[in-house]
Amino acid sequence: MDASRLTSMANQIGAFFRAQGEAAAVTGVEDHLRKFWDPRMRREIVAHLRAGGEGLTPAVRAAVARLAQD
Amino acid sequence: MSMIEPPDLGTPPVAGDVSVSLTIDGREVRVSERTSIMRAAMLAGIDIPKLCATDSLAAFGSCRLCLVEIAGRGGTPASCTTPVAEGMVVSTTNERLDRLRHGVMELYLSDHPRHEIKGAVGEAARRAGVEMVRYGVPAACHADAHTDESNPYFAFDPAACIVCSRCVRACDEVQGTFALTIAGRGFASRVSASQQEPFLGSECVSCGACVQACPTDALIEKTVRTMGLPDRSVVTTCAYCGVGCAFEAQVVGDEVVRMTPWKEGKANHGHSCVKGRFAWDYATHKERILKPMIRETIGDAWREVSWDEAIAFAARRLKEIQAVHGRGAVGAITSSRCTNEETYLVQKLTRAALHTNNVDTCARVCHSPTGYGLKAAFGTSAGTQDFDSVDHADVVLVIGANPTDAHPVFASRMKRRLRAGAKLIVVDPRAIDLVRMPHVEAAHHLALKPGTNVALLNALAHVIVTEGLVDEDFVRERCDLAAFQAWAAFVADDVNGPETVEKVCGVPAATLRAAARLYATGGNAAIYYGLGVTEHSQGTTTVMAIANLAMATGNLGRPGVGVNPLRGQNNVQGACDMGSFPHEFSGYRHISDEPTRRLFESLWGVALDPEPGLRIPNMIDAALDGSFRGLYVQGEDILQSDPNSSHMAAGLAAMECVIVQDLFLNETASYAHVFLPGATFLEKDGTYTNAERRIQRVRKVVEPRAGLADWEATQRLSNALGYAMNYGHPSEIMAEVATTTPTFAGVSYDRLDALGSIQWPCNDDAPDGTPVMHIGRFARGAGEFILTEYVPTDERTGPRFPLLLTTGRVLSQYNVGAQTRRTQNVVWHPEDRLEIHPHDAEHRGVADGDWVRLASREGATSLRALITTRVSPGVVYTTFHHPGTQANVVTTENSDWATNCPEYKVTAVQVTLSNGPTEWQSAADAQNRRARRIATIVAE
Repeated sequence: MDASRLTSMANQIGAFFRAQGEAAAVTGVEDHLRKFWDPRMRREIVAHLRAGGEGLTPAVRAAVARLAQD
Repeated sequence: MSMIEPPDLGTPPVAGDVSVSLTIDGREVRVSERTSIMRAAMLAGIDIPKLCATDSLAAFGSCRLCLVEIAGRGGTPASCTTPVAEGMVVSTTNERLDRLRHGVMELYLSDHPRHEIKGAVGEAARRAGVEMVRYGVPAACHADAHTDESNPYFAFDPAACIVCSRCVRACDEVQGTFALTIAGRGFASRVSASQQEPFLGSECVSCGACVQACPTDALIEKTVRTMGLPDRSVVTTCAYCGVGCAFEAQVVGDEVVRMTPWKEGKANHGHSCVKGRFAWDYATHKERILKPMIRETIGDAWREVSWDEAIAFAARRLKEIQAVHGRGAVGAITSSRCTNEETYLVQKLTRAALHTNNVDTCARVCHSPTGYGLKAAFGTSAGTQDFDSVDHADVVLVIGANPTDAHPVFASRMKRRLRAGAKLIVVDPRAIDLVRMPHVEAAHHLALKPGTNVALLNALAHVIVTEGLVDEDFVRERCDLAAFQAWAAFVADDVNGPETVEKVCGVPAATLRAAARLYATGGNAAIYYGLGVTEHSQGTTTVMAIANLAMATGNLGRPGVGVNPLRGQNNVQGACDMGSFPHEFSGYRHISDEPTRRLFESLWGVALDPEPGLRIPNMIDAALDGSFRGLYVQGEDILQSDPNSSHMAAGLAAMECVIVQDLFLNETASYAHVFLPGATFLEKDGTYTNAERRIQRVRKVVEPRAGLADWEATQRLSNALGYAMNYGHPSEIMAEVATTTPTFAGVSYDRLDALGSIQWPCNDDAPDGTPVMHIGRFARGAGEFILTEYVPTDERTGPRFPLLLTTGRVLSQYNVGAQTRRTQNVVWHPEDRLEIHPHDAEHRGVADGDWVRLASREGATSLRALITTRVSPGVVYTTFHHPGTQANVVTTENSDWATNCPEYKVTAVQVTLSNGPTEWQSAADAQNRRARRIATIVAE
């Protein structure tokens, strides 16, 4: 799936959790991706991170990094 | 079967704890104080003659047939307008009363066409013993009055009218449109639509209340005139909007003659709108597809086949795709237009037969943020109230909803409460009808810039917190205090102050402050919202912000308050309840929850995937990258209804097997390989769940025209896929739902028949259901305040696209119009128009009715302009009912952060004069012409 679209969607999630502080935001984004994103979408955002993660905001980058540890 | 005829008690019920005793015709009667004598008599089984009285309207005392004598009182008062009193002794019949009634009836008949002396008039004449009229044919009479045939569904014959005003009162009291009046005086009095105009040209909204109220058949459905009176009837539920009106389908043989609103229906209380009341003949439209069809490629013509062949073809294709590309390469979409049972079955087929969680529903594109947001705040993915709750509201806040068009029967209830004095706040970029209409005027209209809901709601919260308007007792007792304190600090920041936010949303700070104060201090305050809340990039955040407001002001947990999502389609709530989302089972339980998954695995006999599946937009994206290739779509036209049509078309075209189950060859079917003919709501049994969580029966009125109800087709497909389903009746499916879903534990067809309807949760704690939720305690325990930072949408205006487009629907049409476009409702809305403000139109040289090109970054369409101040400068608006316009060519893939609900309500566009269809329109038309060819007709 298109990495830029996945990046945009993930950053939107990050923008919502931003108000809760950075630590909570990272946890919030990770939890949301696990609960609501199909595994292939998670694999592809992880692949995007591994390819440099262009466009990912810091909290989202940290959350996706946690997914990458699976 | 026969006709179901509920008694008409003459006048409405009266609430009250004090009762009085009286004697009527020698019988002791005890009723509530202020009850009419007529109603008291009817309750005692004494039927007083009447023409102008009916229990859906306030008493009027016009026809003078219901005269009675009261011991100790002079005269012969009308029993409909005379209240009971303690010790009263009433006579409803004696020589004097009979003589008076005879005279009254003679006068009626003296000016009544002989052929129209039937129905209620005939019955009244018979009871009065009038066999002939002494007065002959008077020189002046109404016999030659012209019949108004202008309305496509009903006619008005003034000659048969007795000017009892029931129609006028129904229009006023029940519908609240005030389109009818009595024109003229004395003998010249006659019922008039608007200023003596034809019904079609008047303000009449064709709700049918006047026709329903007419005692003489002066107002009558044209179908009754052509088909005759029905001989049997079945009570069922409307298949249009989320109000869920109960109707009596009246039938001759196997043909529906008319649909009349069912008085005992707890959602509609005997009222209706033009769609449910009249727009049902799409069921017999010539374009219905009644044979299954298949084709190898979408470039081929359709080939009609047997059900068995179509099902086998579909199953083989899906299995072949899975064999090559994996289980996750296919999926399904359940329909919010189909029954709970059918929806449950499609998601079961997906999870158990296809072994994937790639199942979604059209709620994805409307109210998915409601489910997410309300579950997070309150613990339940549903509205908090019943519709009757509005009768107890003192302040009504309508945000992003247009009830008079989209939920008209509930709007009538709301208008009645507003006429009684409740205050109204409207938050909407457009001046919807509720802003100012007869006897209703909003105290505040917050005409915000599209896309700024969250900023506006945060500003309202800022005022409530900083001005000390929080219901501290409620918050302390019912909510998570730490979360509240964090939220209060967040909204109190100056960035959320009205003086800052007015620059963002365009609503003056003083108006924001006044609206916040009214909501917080005006008594019981209820919020009603629609897709103008959810269909945004911050749709879920907006729902959370609404929940925050309600909790902060203590407006939850009792009648008259609450958070009330107005659901778009008849069974959006039910489709969500039934486990249609890719991440959860029925009852909103996440698929990763081990005990729940084990429950279903045990019952269904298969291992279930604990990972979430694809949502609709994800499916289309995945189709374009080749990882998703097969789709079963039941009752939804995703190509017309979902955003960015060209992207959707490309995704569908990339698939190897698209199965469409529908009534008509819709836009999506142009990209399908299998077409399974659907059944209308008149052709099957099941249940729908409306916006107030009310589960109601859908009862089969006629046999399925294509041979199978939709649930039967799904069951056959499952069996062909190798997963056995053997339900004999939808009641067995509901029994399984009750077994597996705690909130439905007490629901069964027997209980539904006994109670009429049930609002979930229905279980041991609430055996008769739950009209108002969260009384005393939220479903999740403590109410959760959630921080709702305003994040502007990525969709921005600029030099190329300087206007903001928002979309919606009109009263006479329904969503993609598959049904309503195939009825005479096209009289009111034959095409989609683009509403544009006079300033914007003048700047572009656009005159009213001109063809214009509406273009966005995604695409362009052309349609005609409607110049109106209903929209603000800088905002344009259109509907999406007509595929020829295909408004979603223009909308974008921007979506809600939490749910991917599309951002239909904010698209940056440009409007220019046009000289013809756009490339998309021409290409789509050509594609449809090719794709709708049917090659052969083979008798099954």
